Amino acid sequence: MILMLQHALAHPQGEALATEAAVEHWQALAAVDRPGPAFLPPTRGTVYGTLLNHRDALAALGDQVNAAPYKAPPQAPILYIKPRNTVVGHRVPVPVPADALELEMGATLGVVMGRTASRVAAADALTYVAGYTVVNDISVPHASVYRPSMRFKCRDGFCPMGPAIVARALVPAPDALDITVAIDGHTVQRSSTAGLVLPVAQLIADVSEFMTLFPGDVLMVGVAANAPRARAGQTVTITIHGVGQLQNTLVAEAAP
Amino acid sequence: MKHARVAYAGAIHDAIEHPAGLRLADGRVLAEDAVVWLPPFEVGTVIALGLNYADHVKELSKELTVTGKDEPLAFLKSPGALIGHRGQTRRPADVKFMHYECELAVVIGRSARNVKRAHALQHVAGYCVANDYAIRDYLENYYRPNLRVKNRDTCTVLGPWLVDAADVPDPHQLALHTRVNGQLTQQGNTRDMIADIPELIEYLSAFMTLSAGDVILTGTPDGVVNVNVGDEVVTQIEGIGRLVNTIVGDEWFGR
Repeated sequence: MILMLQHALAHPQGEALATEAAVEHWQALAAVDRPGPAFLPPTRGTVYGTLLNHRDALAALGDQVNAAPYKAPPQAPILYIKPRNTVVGHRVPVPVPADALELEMGATLGVVMGRTASRVAAADALTYVAGYTVVNDISVPHASVYRPSMRFKCRDGFCPMGPAIVARALVPAPDALDITVAIDGHTVQRSSTAGLVLPVAQLIADVSEFMTLFPGDVLMVGVAANAPRARAGQTVTITIHGVGQLQNTLVAEAAP
Repeated sequence: MKHARVAYAGAIHDAIEHPAGLRLADGRVLAEDAVVWLPPFEVGTVIALGLNYADHVKELSKELTVTGKDEPLAFLKSPGALIGHRGQTRRPADVKFMHYECELAVVIGRSARNVKRAHALQHVAGYCVANDYAIRDYLENYYRPNLRVKNRDTCTVLGPWLVDAADVPDPHQLALHTRVNGQLTQQGNTRDMIADIPELIEYLSAFMTLSAGDVILTGTPDGVVNVNVGDEVVTQIEGIGRLVNTIVGDEWFGR
Protein backbone atom coordinates (compact mmCIF):
# COMPACT_ATOMS: atom_id res chain seq x y z
CA MET A 1 0.00 0.00 0.00
CA ILE A 2 1.02 3.58 -0.59
CA LEU A 3 -0.93 6.22 1.28
CA MET A 4 -0.95 9.36 -0.85
CA LEU A 5 -2.71 12.53 0.25
CA GLN A 6 -3.28 15.85 -1.44
CA HIS A 7 -5.74 17.32 1.05
CA ALA A 8 -6.85 15.63 4.27
CA LEU A 9 -8.15 12.18 5.19
CA ALA A 10 -10.75 11.64 7.91
CA HIS A 11 -13.43 9.18 8.94
CA PRO A 12 -16.61 10.55 10.56
CA GLN A 13 -18.59 7.89 12.42
CA GLY A 14 -21.35 6.49 10.24
CA GLU A 15 -19.32 6.67 7.04
CA ALA A 16 -18.12 3.34 5.61
CA LEU A 17 -14.61 4.51 4.82
CA ALA A 18 -12.15 7.26 5.57
CA THR A 19 -12.28 9.76 2.71
CA GLU A 20 -10.18 12.61 1.44
CA ALA A 21 -11.59 16.12 1.32
CA ALA A 22 -10.37 19.70 1.57
CA VAL A 23 -8.85 20.66 4.91
CA GLU A 24 -11.56 23.33 5.27
CA HIS A 25 -14.29 20.70 4.89
CA TRP A 26 -12.99 18.68 7.81
CA GLN A 27 -12.29 21.82 9.83
CA ALA A 28 -15.95 22.80 9.48
CA LEU A 29 -17.29 19.32 10.31
CA ALA A 30 -14.90 18.90 13.27
CA ALA A 31 -15.09 22.46 14.61
CA VAL A 32 -14.77 22.36 18.38
CA ASP A 33 -17.09 25.31 19.05
CA ARG A 34 -20.21 23.58 17.75
CA PRO A 35 -21.71 20.08 17.81
CA GLY A 36 -20.88 17.59 15.11
CA PRO A 37 -20.20 13.94 14.48
CA ALA A 38 -17.66 11.94 16.38
CA PHE A 39 -14.77 10.65 14.26
CA LEU A 40 -13.01 7.33 13.96
CA PRO A 41 -9.21 7.38 14.00
CA PRO A 42 -7.96 8.41 10.55
CA THR A 43 -5.55 5.45 10.37
CA ARG A 44 -5.30 1.95 11.88
CA GLY A 45 -1.55 1.47 11.68
CA THR A 46 0.77 0.84 14.61
CA VAL A 47 1.21 3.90 16.83
CA TYR A 48 4.69 4.54 18.23
CA GLY A 49 5.60 7.14 20.83
CA THR A 50 9.01 8.72 21.37
CA LEU A 51 10.14 9.32 24.93
CA LEU A 52 12.10 12.42 26.03
CA ASN A 53 12.37 13.85 22.52
CA HIS A 54 11.49 17.34 23.70
CA ARG A 55 14.50 19.30 24.96
CA ASP A 56 12.55 20.63 27.94
CA ALA A 57 11.22 17.15 28.80
CA LEU A 58 14.77 15.84 28.81
CA ALA A 59 15.98 18.88 30.75
CA ALA A 60 13.26 18.31 33.35
CA LEU A 61 14.96 15.03 34.27
CA GLY A 62 18.19 17.00 34.76
CA ASP A 63 21.00 15.10 36.44
CA GLN A 64 18.65 12.19 37.16
CA VAL A 65 19.60 10.82 33.74
CA ASN A 66 23.06 10.05 35.09
CA ALA A 67 21.83 8.46 38.33
CA ALA A 68 20.18 5.11 38.97
CA PRO A 69 18.10 3.67 37.50
CA TYR A 70 18.82 5.51 34.23
CA LYS A 71 22.63 5.75 34.58
CA ALA A 72 23.08 7.57 31.22
CA PRO A 73 21.13 9.94 28.97
CA PRO A 74 19.18 8.29 26.12
CA GLN A 75 21.50 7.21 23.30
CA ALA A 76 18.99 6.29 20.58
CA PRO A 77 15.29 7.08 20.18
CA ILE A 78 13.38 5.51 23.08
CA LEU A 79 10.12 4.28 21.62
CA TYR A 80 6.96 2.76 23.02
CA ILE A 81 3.77 1.45 21.46
CA LYS A 82 0.19 2.55 21.99
CA PRO A 83 -1.79 -0.63 21.25
CA ARG A 84 -4.92 -0.65 19.11
CA ASN A 85 -7.33 -0.63 22.08
CA THR A 86 -6.08 2.87 22.96
CA VAL A 87 -6.74 4.56 19.63
CA VAL A 88 -9.95 6.58 19.30
CA GLY A 89 -11.00 9.59 17.24
CA HIS A 90 -12.04 13.19 17.67
CA ARG A 91 -15.03 13.81 20.00
CA VAL A 92 -14.92 10.26 21.44
CA PRO A 93 -15.13 10.23 25.26
CA VAL A 94 -12.07 8.95 27.10
CA PRO A 95 -12.69 6.77 30.20
CA VAL A 96 -10.86 7.76 33.39
CA PRO A 97 -10.18 4.65 35.46
CA ALA A 98 -11.61 4.59 38.96
CA ASP A 99 -8.12 4.41 40.53
CA ALA A 100 -6.80 7.54 38.80
CA LEU A 101 -7.85 10.98 39.98
CA GLU A 102 -6.31 12.77 37.00
CA LEU A 103 -4.77 11.83 33.67
CA GLU A 104 -1.84 13.41 31.87
CA MET A 105 -2.61 14.92 28.47
CA GLY A 106 0.38 14.29 26.19
CA ALA A 107 -0.08 16.61 23.24
CA THR A 108 2.07 15.62 20.30
CA LEU A 109 2.38 15.74 16.55
CA GLY A 110 1.66 12.39 14.86
CA VAL A 111 3.66 11.70 11.70
CA VAL A 112 1.65 9.33 9.47
CA MET A 113 3.72 7.21 7.12
CA GLY A 114 2.78 7.02 3.45
CA ARG A 115 5.38 4.54 2.20
CA THR A 116 7.32 1.69 3.74
CA ALA A 117 10.35 3.23 5.43
CA SER A 118 13.35 1.01 6.16
CA ARG A 119 16.81 2.52 6.59
CA VAL A 120 15.90 5.87 5.08
CA ALA A 121 18.30 8.81 5.15
CA ALA A 122 17.22 11.94 6.98
CA ALA A 123 17.50 13.90 3.74
CA ASP A 124 14.83 11.68 2.13
CA ALA A 125 12.77 10.86 5.21
CA LEU A 126 9.94 13.34 4.72
CA THR A 127 9.15 11.89 1.29
CA TYR A 128 7.97 8.75 3.15
CA VAL A 129 5.40 10.76 5.11
CA ALA A 130 1.74 10.87 3.99
CA GLY A 131 0.78 13.64 6.38
CA TYR A 132 0.37 14.78 9.94
CA THR A 133 -2.26 14.53 12.62
CA VAL A 134 -2.87 15.58 16.22
CA VAL A 135 -2.45 12.98 18.97
CA ASN A 136 -3.20 13.03 22.69
CA ASP A 137 -0.86 10.47 24.24
CA ILE A 138 -2.72 9.99 27.52
CA SER A 139 -1.10 8.49 30.62
CA VAL A 140 -1.92 7.78 34.21
CA PRO A 141 0.66 10.09 35.85
CA HIS A 142 3.83 8.18 36.79
CA ALA A 143 7.20 9.50 37.89
CA SER A 144 9.59 6.83 36.62
CA VAL A 145 10.25 6.14 32.95
CA TYR A 146 12.57 3.23 33.76
CA ARG A 147 10.08 0.40 33.33
CA PRO A 148 6.60 1.89 33.55
CA SER A 149 3.66 -0.47 33.75
CA MET A 150 1.44 -0.88 30.70
CA ARG A 151 -1.39 0.14 33.05
CA PHE A 152 -0.21 3.74 32.76
CA LYS A 153 -0.36 4.16 28.99
CA CYS A 154 -2.30 1.30 27.42
CA ARG A 155 -5.84 1.65 28.74
CA ASP A 156 -8.79 1.69 26.35
CA GLY A 157 -9.17 5.13 24.76
CA PHE A 158 -5.78 6.47 25.88
CA CYS A 159 -4.70 7.59 22.40
CA PRO A 160 -7.18 10.00 20.80
CA MET A 161 -6.06 10.98 17.31
CA GLY A 162 -7.30 13.21 14.47
CA PRO A 163 -9.65 14.62 13.37
CA ALA A 164 -7.82 14.25 10.04
CA ILE A 165 -4.47 13.44 8.48
CA VAL A 166 -3.37 16.62 6.70
CA ALA A 167 -1.24 16.05 3.60
CA ARG A 168 2.50 16.56 4.01
CA ALA A 169 2.56 19.20 1.24
CA LEU A 170 0.21 21.37 3.29
CA VAL A 171 2.50 21.25 6.34
CA PRO A 172 5.76 22.59 4.95
CA ALA A 173 7.55 23.07 8.29
CA PRO A 174 6.75 20.13 10.64
CA ASP A 175 9.60 21.20 12.92
CA ALA A 176 8.06 24.60 13.64
CA LEU A 177 4.48 23.85 14.69
CA ASP A 178 2.92 25.51 17.72
CA ILE A 179 0.94 23.17 19.97
CA THR A 180 -1.53 24.33 22.61
CA VAL A 181 -3.56 22.36 25.10
CA ALA A 182 -6.76 23.82 26.52
CA ILE A 183 -8.84 22.33 29.31
CA ASP A 184 -12.45 23.53 29.42
CA GLY A 185 -11.44 26.38 27.14
CA HIS A 186 -8.47 27.63 29.19
CA THR A 187 -5.04 27.30 27.62
CA VAL A 188 -2.84 25.35 30.02
CA GLN A 189 0.20 24.45 27.91
CA ARG A 190 2.05 25.87 24.93
CA SER A 191 4.86 24.05 23.19
CA SER A 192 6.35 23.71 19.73
CA THR A 193 7.86 21.00 17.61
CA ALA A 194 10.80 23.40 17.33
CA GLY A 195 11.81 21.97 20.71
CA LEU A 196 12.45 18.44 19.43
CA VAL A 197 15.81 16.83 20.19
CA LEU A 198 15.54 14.78 17.00
CA PRO A 199 13.57 16.71 14.38
CA VAL A 200 10.98 14.77 12.37
CA ALA A 201 13.24 13.70 9.49
CA GLN A 202 16.10 12.63 11.75
CA LEU A 203 13.71 10.71 14.01
CA ILE A 204 12.35 8.74 11.03
CA ALA A 205 15.91 8.00 9.90
CA ASP A 206 17.04 6.81 13.34
CA VAL A 207 13.95 4.65 13.93
CA SER A 208 13.92 3.07 10.47
CA GLU A 209 17.53 1.99 10.98
CA PHE A 210 16.33 -0.91 13.14
CA MET A 211 12.57 -1.09 12.61
CA THR A 212 10.50 -0.73 9.45
CA LEU A 213 7.68 1.81 9.48
CA PHE A 214 4.72 0.84 7.29
CA PRO A 215 2.11 2.96 5.49
CA GLY A 216 -0.49 4.10 8.00
CA ASP A 217 1.84 3.74 10.98
CA VAL A 218 2.00 6.79 13.24
CA LEU A 219 5.18 8.07 14.85
CA MET A 220 4.43 10.47 17.71
CA VAL A 221 7.38 12.83 17.90
CA GLY A 222 7.33 13.42 21.64
CA VAL A 223 5.53 15.24 24.41
CA ALA A 224 6.83 18.47 26.00
CA ALA A 225 7.58 18.80 29.71
CA ASN A 226 4.84 19.47 32.26
CA ALA A 227 2.01 17.75 30.45
CA PRO A 228 -1.22 19.13 31.90
CA ARG A 229 -3.64 16.95 33.83
CA ALA A 230 -7.38 16.64 33.47
CA ARG A 231 -10.21 14.93 35.36
CA ALA A 232 -13.47 13.23 34.45
CA GLY A 233 -15.96 15.83 33.23
CA GLN A 234 -13.33 18.06 31.64
CA THR A 235 -12.90 18.67 27.93
CA VAL A 236 -9.42 18.70 26.43
CA THR A 237 -8.62 20.45 23.17
CA ILE A 238 -5.25 20.12 21.48
CA THR A 239 -4.48 22.51 18.65
CA ILE A 240 -1.58 22.13 16.26
CA HIS A 241 -1.51 25.09 13.96
CA GLY A 242 -2.07 23.94 10.38
CA VAL A 243 -2.82 20.33 11.38
CA GLY A 244 -6.04 20.45 13.35
CA GLN A 245 -7.90 20.59 16.62
CA LEU A 246 -8.53 17.38 18.54
CA GLN A 247 -11.14 17.48 21.28
CA ASN A 248 -12.17 14.77 23.73
CA THR A 249 -14.09 14.78 26.98
CA LEU A 250 -12.98 12.69 29.92
CA VAL A 251 -15.65 10.54 31.56
CA ALA A 252 -15.57 8.29 34.61
CA GLU A 253 -15.07 4.68 33.56
CA ALA A 254 -18.14 2.50 34.04
CA ALA A 255 -17.79 -0.09 36.81
CA PRO A 256 -17.05 -3.62 35.49
CA MET B 1 -5.90 -28.97 14.57
CA LYS B 2 -2.71 -27.13 13.61
CA HIS B 3 -3.06 -24.08 11.36
CA ALA B 4 -0.44 -22.25 9.34
CA ARG B 5 -0.25 -19.29 7.00
CA VAL B 6 2.14 -19.67 4.11
CA ALA B 7 3.09 -18.08 0.82
CA TYR B 8 3.05 -20.44 -2.15
CA ALA B 9 2.83 -20.02 -5.92
CA GLY B 10 2.04 -16.34 -5.86
CA ALA B 11 -0.49 -16.12 -3.03
CA ILE B 12 -0.88 -16.30 0.73
CA HIS B 13 -2.78 -19.36 1.98
CA ASP B 14 -4.25 -20.79 5.14
CA ALA B 15 -3.04 -24.34 5.64
CA ILE B 16 -3.31 -27.22 8.09
CA GLU B 17 -0.92 -29.94 9.14
CA HIS B 18 -0.74 -33.02 6.88
CA PRO B 19 1.35 -36.22 7.15
CA ALA B 20 3.32 -35.10 4.08
CA GLY B 21 3.86 -31.56 5.42
CA LEU B 22 0.88 -29.29 5.05
CA ARG B 23 -2.34 -29.00 3.13
CA LEU B 24 -3.48 -25.67 1.71
CA ALA B 25 -7.15 -24.71 2.08
CA ASP B 26 -7.56 -25.26 -1.67
CA GLY B 27 -6.42 -28.90 -1.39
CA ARG B 28 -2.78 -28.74 -2.49
CA VAL B 29 -0.52 -30.90 -0.31
CA LEU B 30 3.04 -29.61 0.02
CA ALA B 31 6.28 -30.45 1.79
CA GLU B 32 7.41 -28.26 4.69
CA ASP B 33 10.25 -26.81 2.62
CA ALA B 34 8.11 -26.03 -0.44
CA VAL B 35 6.44 -22.97 1.09
CA VAL B 36 7.42 -19.73 2.78
CA TRP B 37 6.08 -19.81 6.32
CA LEU B 38 4.47 -16.65 7.69
CA PRO B 39 3.32 -15.94 11.25
CA PRO B 40 0.33 -18.32 11.48
CA PHE B 41 -2.43 -15.69 11.87
CA GLU B 42 -3.03 -11.96 11.35
CA VAL B 43 -1.38 -10.54 14.44
CA GLY B 44 -2.92 -7.66 16.37
CA THR B 45 -1.38 -6.36 19.59
CA VAL B 46 1.75 -8.23 20.69
CA ILE B 47 2.25 -8.30 24.47
CA ALA B 48 5.43 -9.82 25.87
CA LEU B 49 6.34 -10.76 29.42
CA GLY B 50 9.71 -10.06 30.94
CA LEU B 51 10.99 -12.25 33.74
CA ASN B 52 8.07 -14.63 34.01
CA TYR B 53 10.10 -17.75 34.93
CA ALA B 54 11.68 -17.93 38.35
CA ASP B 55 14.98 -19.40 37.11
CA HIS B 56 15.38 -16.67 34.47
CA VAL B 57 14.78 -14.04 37.15
CA LYS B 58 17.65 -15.61 39.11
CA GLU B 59 19.82 -15.68 35.99
CA LEU B 60 19.39 -11.94 35.49
CA SER B 61 19.23 -11.00 39.17
CA LYS B 62 22.41 -8.89 39.10
CA GLU B 63 20.70 -6.20 37.07
CA LEU B 64 17.21 -6.45 38.46
CA THR B 65 15.30 -3.96 40.54
CA VAL B 66 12.22 -6.14 40.81
CA THR B 67 11.36 -9.34 42.53
CA GLY B 68 9.36 -12.27 41.30
CA LYS B 69 5.86 -11.65 42.56
CA ASP B 70 5.32 -7.99 41.72
CA GLU B 71 2.96 -6.92 38.95
CA PRO B 72 3.80 -8.82 35.73
CA LEU B 73 6.42 -7.01 33.62
CA ALA B 74 4.51 -6.69 30.38
CA PHE B 75 5.64 -4.69 27.37
CA LEU B 76 4.56 -4.29 23.77
CA LYS B 77 6.00 -5.22 20.42
CA SER B 78 4.72 -4.43 16.94
CA PRO B 79 3.59 -6.87 14.22
CA GLY B 80 6.31 -5.44 11.97
CA ALA B 81 8.99 -7.28 13.96
CA LEU B 82 7.47 -10.71 13.22
CA ILE B 83 8.67 -13.40 10.85
CA GLY B 84 7.62 -17.03 10.36
CA HIS B 85 9.12 -20.51 10.63
CA ARG B 86 12.35 -21.18 8.71
CA GLY B 87 13.03 -17.45 8.47
CA GLN B 88 16.25 -15.49 8.82
CA THR B 89 17.09 -13.15 11.68
CA ARG B 90 19.76 -10.50 11.34
CA ARG B 91 22.62 -10.21 13.80
CA PRO B 92 24.30 -6.79 13.45
CA ALA B 93 28.06 -7.14 13.02
CA ASP B 94 28.94 -4.86 15.93
CA VAL B 95 27.00 -6.54 18.75
CA LYS B 96 28.37 -8.76 21.52
CA PHE B 97 25.28 -10.36 23.06
CA MET B 98 22.24 -11.39 21.05
CA HIS B 99 20.11 -14.17 22.49
CA TYR B 100 16.98 -16.16 21.67
CA GLU B 101 14.04 -16.63 24.02
CA CYS B 102 11.80 -19.67 23.63
CA GLU B 103 8.28 -18.69 24.72
CA LEU B 104 4.77 -20.09 24.67
CA ALA B 105 2.58 -17.66 22.69
CA VAL B 106 -1.07 -17.44 23.74
CA VAL B 107 -3.41 -16.29 20.98
CA ILE B 108 -6.63 -14.52 21.93
CA GLY B 109 -9.73 -15.66 20.05
CA ARG B 110 -12.53 -13.72 21.77
CA SER B 111 -12.40 -10.18 23.05
CA ALA B 112 -11.69 -9.96 26.75
CA ARG B 113 -12.26 -7.08 29.19
CA ASN B 114 -12.36 -7.53 32.96
CA VAL B 115 -12.17 -11.30 32.61
CA LYS B 116 -11.55 -13.24 35.81
CA ARG B 117 -8.96 -15.99 35.79
CA ALA B 118 -11.57 -18.73 36.20
CA HIS B 119 -12.96 -17.84 32.76
CA ALA B 120 -9.79 -16.65 31.07
CA LEU B 121 -8.99 -19.74 29.02
CA GLN B 122 -12.36 -19.43 27.26
CA HIS B 123 -10.84 -16.43 25.45
CA VAL B 124 -7.83 -18.33 24.10
CA ALA B 125 -7.96 -19.51 20.47
CA GLY B 126 -4.71 -21.45 20.62
CA TYR B 127 -0.98 -21.52 21.09
CA CYS B 128 2.23 -21.08 19.07
CA VAL B 129 5.94 -21.18 19.68
CA ALA B 130 7.69 -17.80 19.75
CA ASN B 131 11.38 -17.03 19.63
CA ASP B 132 11.73 -13.49 20.90
CA TYR B 133 15.32 -12.34 20.26
CA ALA B 134 16.95 -9.57 22.26
CA ILE B 135 20.15 -7.67 21.54
CA ARG B 136 21.36 -6.62 24.92
CA ASP B 137 24.04 -4.27 23.59
CA TYR B 138 21.23 -1.81 22.85
CA LEU B 139 19.61 -1.98 26.28
CA GLU B 140 18.92 1.44 27.77
CA ASN B 141 17.28 2.19 31.09
CA TYR B 142 14.26 3.99 29.66
CA TYR B 143 11.04 2.16 28.95
CA ARG B 144 12.88 -1.11 29.39
CA PRO B 145 13.18 -3.14 27.34
CA ASN B 146 13.42 -0.41 24.71
CA LEU B 147 12.31 -1.23 21.18
CA ARG B 148 15.84 -1.10 19.80
CA VAL B 149 16.55 -4.19 21.95
CA LYS B 150 13.27 -6.01 21.52
CA ASN B 151 11.38 -4.81 18.44
CA ARG B 152 13.90 -5.05 15.64
CA ASP B 153 12.94 -6.23 12.17
CA THR B 154 13.20 -10.06 11.89
CA CYS B 155 13.75 -10.51 15.64
CA THR B 156 10.44 -12.08 16.68
CA VAL B 157 9.80 -15.51 15.19
CA LEU B 158 6.29 -16.99 15.48
CA GLY B 159 4.95 -20.36 14.36
CA PRO B 160 5.08 -22.78 12.70
CA TRP B 161 1.51 -23.57 13.76
CA LEU B 162 -1.36 -22.05 15.62
CA VAL B 163 -2.51 -25.07 17.63
CA ASP B 164 -6.18 -25.04 18.64
CA ALA B 165 -6.66 -24.59 22.39
CA ALA B 166 -8.95 -27.64 22.37
CA ASP B 167 -5.91 -29.75 21.42
CA VAL B 168 -3.81 -28.52 24.35
CA PRO B 169 -5.29 -30.08 27.48
CA ASP B 170 -2.92 -28.31 29.88
CA PRO B 171 -0.85 -25.35 28.61
CA HIS B 172 0.96 -25.31 31.98
CA GLN B 173 2.58 -28.72 31.55
CA LEU B 174 4.63 -28.25 28.39
CA ALA B 175 8.37 -28.80 28.08
CA LEU B 176 10.35 -26.05 26.30
CA HIS B 177 13.69 -26.67 24.59
CA THR B 178 16.06 -24.56 22.57
CA ARG B 179 18.85 -26.11 20.52
CA VAL B 180 21.58 -24.13 18.79
CA ASN B 181 23.14 -26.15 15.95
CA GLY B 182 21.65 -29.27 17.53
CA GLN B 183 23.05 -28.64 20.99
CA LEU B 184 20.59 -28.23 23.86
CA THR B 185 21.08 -24.78 25.43
CA GLN B 186 17.77 -24.00 27.14
CA GLN B 187 15.14 -26.11 28.77
CA GLY B 188 12.20 -25.44 31.00
CA ASN B 189 8.56 -26.17 31.51
CA THR B 190 5.52 -23.90 31.30
CA ARG B 191 4.55 -25.10 34.80
CA ASP B 192 7.26 -22.73 36.11
CA MET B 193 5.66 -19.51 34.89
CA ILE B 194 5.41 -16.96 37.71
CA ALA B 195 2.13 -15.50 36.38
CA ASP B 196 0.26 -18.26 34.55
CA ILE B 197 -1.97 -17.73 31.52
CA PRO B 198 -5.26 -17.09 33.36
CA GLU B 199 -3.48 -14.63 35.68
CA LEU B 200 -1.99 -12.78 32.70
CA ILE B 201 -5.35 -12.51 30.94
CA GLU B 202 -7.02 -11.31 34.14
CA TYR B 203 -4.23 -8.77 34.73
CA LEU B 204 -4.19 -7.37 31.20
CA SER B 205 -7.94 -7.38 30.61
CA ALA B 206 -8.44 -5.41 33.83
CA PHE B 207 -7.10 -2.30 32.07
CA MET B 208 -7.27 -3.02 28.35
CA THR B 209 -9.52 -4.80 25.90
CA LEU B 210 -7.87 -7.84 24.37
CA SER B 211 -9.16 -8.72 20.90
CA ALA B 212 -9.02 -11.73 18.59
CA GLY B 213 -5.55 -11.88 17.07
CA ASP B 214 -3.82 -10.31 20.04
CA VAL B 215 -1.00 -12.49 21.34
CA ILE B 216 0.74 -12.82 24.69
CA LEU B 217 4.34 -14.08 24.72
CA THR B 218 4.54 -15.59 28.18
CA GLY B 219 8.26 -15.26 28.94
CA THR B 220 11.30 -17.50 28.80
CA PRO B 221 13.10 -19.80 31.25
CA ASP B 222 16.79 -19.91 32.17
CA GLY B 223 19.39 -20.67 29.53
CA VAL B 224 19.73 -17.81 27.09
CA VAL B 225 23.09 -17.75 25.32
CA ASN B 226 24.67 -15.66 22.60
CA VAL B 227 24.07 -16.72 19.00
CA ASN B 228 26.26 -16.05 15.98
CA VAL B 229 25.89 -15.70 12.23
CA GLY B 230 25.25 -19.10 10.68
CA ASP B 231 23.66 -20.62 13.78
CA GLU B 232 20.47 -22.61 13.42
CA VAL B 233 18.24 -21.93 16.42
CA VAL B 234 15.39 -24.36 17.05
CA THR B 235 12.86 -23.43 19.72
CA GLN B 236 10.47 -26.24 20.55
CA ILE B 237 7.46 -26.63 22.81
CA GLU B 238 5.94 -30.02 23.49
CA GLY B 239 2.75 -30.51 21.47
CA ILE B 240 2.90 -26.99 20.00
CA GLY B 241 5.69 -27.07 17.46
CA ARG B 242 9.31 -26.89 16.47
CA LEU B 243 10.27 -23.42 15.22
CA VAL B 244 13.42 -23.15 13.11
CA ASN B 245 15.35 -19.93 12.57
CA THR B 246 18.74 -19.08 11.09
CA ILE B 247 20.98 -16.19 12.14
CA VAL B 248 22.35 -14.21 9.19
CA GLY B 249 24.79 -11.34 8.93
CA ASP B 250 24.68 -7.77 7.72
CA GLU B 251 25.87 -8.70 4.22
CA TRP B 252 22.45 -10.22 3.43
CA PHE B 253 21.01 -6.78 3.97
CA GLY B 254 23.61 -4.89 1.97
CA ARG B 255 25.02 -3.37 5.13
